Amino acid sequence: MTDIVIIGAGQAGASLAIKLRALGHEGKLTLIGEESSPPYQRPPLSKGFLLGEMELDRLYLRPLSFWEEQGVTLQIGEQVSSIERTAKTVRVGDKTIPYDQLALTMGSQPRCLPESIGGGLPGVYTVRTLADVETMKPEFHRGRHMLIVGGGYIGLEAAAVGAKLGLKVTLIEMAPRILQRVAASETSDYFRKIHTDHGVQIIENTGLARLSGDTRVTGAVLSDGSEIDVDFIVVGVGIAPLTLLAEEAGLVIENGIHTDELGRTSDPNIWAAGDCTSFPHRGGRLRLESVGHAIDQAETVAQNMLGAMVPYCAKPWFWSDQYDVKLQIAGLNTGYDRVITRKGDSESISFWYYKGDTLLAVDAMNDARAYMIGKRLIEADKSPDPAIIAELGTDLRMLLKI
Amino acid sequence: MAKITYIEFGGVEHVVDVPNGQTVMEGARDNGIPGIDAECGGACACSTCHVYVDSAWVDKLPAKEGMEEDMLDFAFEPDPVRSRLTCQVKVSELLDGLIVQMPERQI
Repeated sequence: MTDIVIIGAGQAGASLAIKLRALGHEGKLTLIGEESSPPYQRPPLSKGFLLGEMELDRLYLRPLSFWEEQGVTLQIGEQVSSIERTAKTVRVGDKTIPYDQLALTMGSQPRCLPESIGGGLPGVYTVRTLADVETMKPEFHRGRHMLIVGGGYIGLEAAAVGAKLGLKVTLIEMAPRILQRVAASETSDYFRKIHTDHGVQIIENTGLARLSGDTRVTGAVLSDGSEIDVDFIVVGVGIAPLTLLAEEAGLVIENGIHTDELGRTSDPNIWAAGDCTSFPHRGGRLRLESVGHAIDQAETVAQNMLGAMVPYCAKPWFWSDQYDVKLQIAGLNTGYDRVITRKGDSESISFWYYKGDTLLAVDAMNDARAYMIGKRLIEADKSPDPAIIAELGTDLRMLLKI
Repeated sequence: MAKITYIEFGGVEHVVDVPNGQTVMEGARDNGIPGIDAECGGACACSTCHVYVDSAWVDKLPAKEGMEEDMLDFAFEPDPVRSRLTCQVKVSELLDGLIVQMPERQI
């Protein structure tokens, strides 16, 4: 019977532990996390939880009793300082925990604004952990002015929460348009309009020069020289995989902890899953930042740690909630050369990304049907004629039969 | 509080008390009942918390909204009448005695 240690108690770590037990692993199982909370869902942090529509205990992936019943030793609020690969141990404080197999699921951390421009001032927040959101939540009062730096999904979700709670919201984006890194201009246009309609001021093509304030942030100077007064700042400028521990242990890092298709790192006794990994995908390597990936890769790794040896095949999907819009994304749009628009009923619309004749991805707004069909088509490597997609009368379900 | 019976595909029954205000999905999750994955955590974004509601209960549940209906169309072997996404069904006293059955798999 093997002893398994998992470092990182987020979605991937929790899914890995749950799956190992579900598959009948009876050895010692230890899940170590730096945060003081038991494993919880992150997506609601920037949506329902920040808005105050969801209580804390509903965030937990499993009740605390579950981990005990499953015989998982949950070591939360503890930090692993090193991995000794030769001895096959991990160091936590002054304790040494032995393992036969180790899994790394440390996730990622938000990029911060540089200290040199005032990024360290009180009143400047990032959105990643429960603690982050609990600290910033009291700032969300009607009438206050929130500046959001970064027009990606995290920034836009925070903007939606702020606008709904009656804050004055300004969002700046350095790129020519919001969502530029992740979506087509059609999707950017859609969300720009929704936010503007809700009173959010969106300033694109504009970065942050510096923040001002003595004891806490009070203002911001933008790259065009203009100055604004702010009450607090939310920074959403991307995340970076947490790889330091793996790097110090001498594992191969390549835009994340390098794994093979099974989820194994460059050490055969160490596996990795979730945000912190880069893995083989369609002839290249990929790192994905999503719940769906964290769950699927972790569950595949659990099987492989027990000897199944099945390759991980990523089926990327994402979602975002802003106001009463649910955005669902299937596939990855990297390399697209055109976007087909399909209008649904009054509230729904979807954008279909193609590279030549190949369907790569779908962004669906309040259109679960377009999302689900797009997802199935992409996973089956099927690409319908774009002209059919654009035609309003087409019953999308027929496409699954091609 | 409502007593809810979850029946696994293989026939194993779990009877648990679920507090008002939670969803039928959360009742399964918090009691470690297998067969409901709920990958998106209850955002009606993934269709992996699908169940078949006992026929006697179909009309007693709050009606499906459009989004749930569309997601269900693509769940694993949906039933036009009995299928529901459990993350969209809120628990109240009115649901005391509810019986749901899990499909063979979620995707």
